[in-house]
Amino acid sequence: MTNTDIAAPMAATTAKSRFSGAQQKLLAFGTLIILVIGFSLASPNFMQTSNILAILQATSVNGILAVAATLVIITGGIDLSVGTLMTFTAVIAGVVLTYWGFPLPIGIIASLLTGALVGLTSGAIIAKMKIPPFIATLGMMLILKGLSLVISGTKPIYFNDTPSFPLISTESFIGDLIPGVPVPNGVLVLFIVAGLASYILGRTVLGRYCFALGSNEEAARLSGVSVDNWKMAVYSLSGGICGIAGLVIASRLNSAQPALGQGYELDAIAAVVIGGTSLAGGRGTILGTVIGALIMSVLLNGLRILSMPQEWQTVVTGSIIIIAVYADMMRKRKA
Amino acid sequence: MKTIIEMKGIEKRFPGVHALKSARFDLRAGEVHALMGENGAGKSTLMKILAGIYRPDAGEIIMEGEPLELTDPRSAQTAGIGIIHQELSLMNDLTAAQNIFIGREPRKSFGRLDERLLNQQAADIFKTMRLKLDPQVTVGSLTIAKQQMVEIAKALSYQFRVLIMDEPTAALNDAEIADLFSIIRDLKAQGVGVVYISHKMDELKRIADRVTIMRDGEYVDTVPAADTPISTIITKMVGREVKDEALQVPDTSNNPIALEVKGLRRGREIKDVSFALRQGEILGFAGLMGAGRTEVARAIFGADPLDAGEILVHGKSVSIRSPHDAVGAGIGYLSEDRKHFGLALPMDVRNNIALASLKSFIRFPGRLDENAMKKTAEGYIQRLGIRTPSDTQEVKLLSGGNQQKVVIAKWLLRNCDILIFDEPTRGIDVGAKSEIYQLLVELAKSGKAIIVISSELPEVMRLSHRIAVMCEGRLTGILPGGATTRQEDIMHLATLRESMVIETETEMQRRVG
Repeated sequence: MTNTDIAAPMAATTAKSRFSGAQQKLLAFGTLIILVIGFSLASPNFMQTSNILAILQATSVNGILAVAATLVIITGGIDLSVGTLMTFTAVIAGVVLTYWGFPLPIGIIASLLTGALVGLTSGAIIAKMKIPPFIATLGMMLILKGLSLVISGTKPIYFNDTPSFPLISTESFIGDLIPGVPVPNGVLVLFIVAGLASYILGRTVLGRYCFALGSNEEAARLSGVSVDNWKMAVYSLSGGICGIAGLVIASRLNSAQPALGQGYELDAIAAVVIGGTSLAGGRGTILGTVIGALIMSVLLNGLRILSMPQEWQTVVTGSIIIIAVYADMMRKRKA
Repeated sequence: MKTIIEMKGIEKRFPGVHALKSARFDLRAGEVHALMGENGAGKSTLMKILAGIYRPDAGEIIMEGEPLELTDPRSAQTAGIGIIHQELSLMNDLTAAQNIFIGREPRKSFGRLDERLLNQQAADIFKTMRLKLDPQVTVGSLTIAKQQMVEIAKALSYQFRVLIMDEPTAALNDAEIADLFSIIRDLKAQGVGVVYISHKMDELKRIADRVTIMRDGEYVDTVPAADTPISTIITKMVGREVKDEALQVPDTSNNPIALEVKGLRRGREIKDVSFALRQGEILGFAGLMGAGRTEVARAIFGADPLDAGEILVHGKSVSIRSPHDAVGAGIGYLSEDRKHFGLALPMDVRNNIALASLKSFIRFPGRLDENAMKKTAEGYIQRLGIRTPSDTQEVKLLSGGNQQKVVIAKWLLRNCDILIFDEPTRGIDVGAKSEIYQLLVELAKSGKAIIVISSELPEVMRLSHRIAVMCEGRLTGILPGGATTRQEDIMHLATLRESMVIETETEMQRRVG
């Protein structure tokens, strides 16, 4: 056999798989573009810089949480605690910075570590105690909601003693560099987190095992992969990312709001699903998730600009989720 | 040749089954050692123990003189023992190369993957296999045969010294089998010991050096493959005595035909299957695993779509596109997996019996008539001898035999007069088995037309008025029931592969005719 014998069919299959991969992103991306064009035609206010920045700012927290959720969902699991974990890490940052008076870096580390430790706990409950992820993280969601209220004494913790705290979310490094494009740092954080997560998923062992677990956990186990440990690693990473989201939202509000958080997990899962990640596990991309999160904020922002009542905005969002998943299923059935 | 592996006195029990009884096996370097036996003889269980997937209850495994403790698949892999599973265990969303090296990816610093090296190494393995396959293709998009080749490539990549292949050719065509065999010969030359589990007699002659035969979890014999006639091996495989009383085959040839199927086709699984079933008749379906018996039953029941074929019920052509249509035509299917498909386990006996006929218990204004359901259920409990404290007992608390009776009651209540039993006594203990047999005989006497699919030859022979035998999706013959048919005749038809048909056709005509 000569090399050309192999090369020809190889090139063909690779081109084909690339094409269908591109199709998937195209579907979500196309939807986003259509929404943007539609809203800018419907309202001149939509395309103004301040509005675009508002959309990005609104995307940052949900986007980061959605990235965390994507990792877990690709393993075939689910994490319902991302929202209240975000709040919990924010409260911990508040305790460390405001109550105890530590400098900002310590607060950041505390927040991230807390997120990772809680994630590790969820992961251990799932992997070692064999509790289904839905139940384990549902329990964790309520535990964290309660703990946030207990620790904070049900009152918001303000970060007035940490003057550099708004750096994390509201101020703009990019705006300092390029005047006129004041993209808030929270958005920058989202893109950095998304980039890192994307790299981890695509290029590292941890990422490979995310897909392996979601695709066929038993096969991975029989291949000698220590399934339990990797599962705990994924939930820890996801928890750490929730810690980042906690810092971003606390910075934006300049306070840790202990009552906040519940409901965020569903928005995050919605963004993941709209982005084409399969809830059955084994398939998904971070880019898709980020686009999914953007679609949700563009939609909400646009409808608000068109003065649609908030209750109807929720109805539309729900419908979009169903339509997005149905379109994705149709596309796969054809492929 | 020196012995690599010796297994002695291996015991394994699963709930309700004594799977291995003091089984033994040995393997030499550079040999292909075939492991033969009927379904359930314990071949796969024994090899799963060698691969570290199951742990034996007793017995020892010795590798090159040293006792070997296998606690999990990883410890077997470390010892140099690998297995290619009968059921594919690949990750469909990953690429071929990613599947092959799962758990051992070439890494750079900080847990980063070396994807280029990964694909290169996979391509190298494919090259030694003379296999044209893109390492970057997603496994889920490959044919079953290609997926099988990926499994084999994965096993080769470990450079095992002991390689277990559990029915590796089940999904392969002749050219692919030839490729596989040349790979196996390369392995032999490198001193690898290969355990080869297969039902295909003709393959043994081509590839195996020695054959070990197992039956009912026990070791029977080890013979050289080259000088042992296939018929001797088959006799050793089925050699158990059939202790049950002789079957009375009633004359049903004048009864009206209840079910007739013509030219059923579905992919590779069902190839032009035609047969007729009369009222009061029990038609047994024999064949080895994967012969297509369950597929035929599911197709008739509308659970899987057909490519072609006609189904006639009581002489009238019917269109069956879903189980709903089949039940409407009076066909009931009792799945081999009762727990998943036959019963609502947490519900009680009464509701399970009524489940398929709930409509007939609806009273105004949509209320279910619990009293009528209770009466009906109690009637069946009495008639079929279902042992349960009451009709409100949860089905999951009943024994396997009584669960099966509940399923039978469900279909009888639904007025099905064609009943397809798929492995009716799987997981049922010996005493309850004969009760189920008795029940089937009585159902037939009352005029029901019955199909029994069973992998246990004695069961088929004990029950069937006629025996249909399948091999690789084809109906290779229909034998008369009763004492005139021997197990060897059935095994012969069950292993009658397409490539062998021509040479043995005259012989088959002699046996069937």
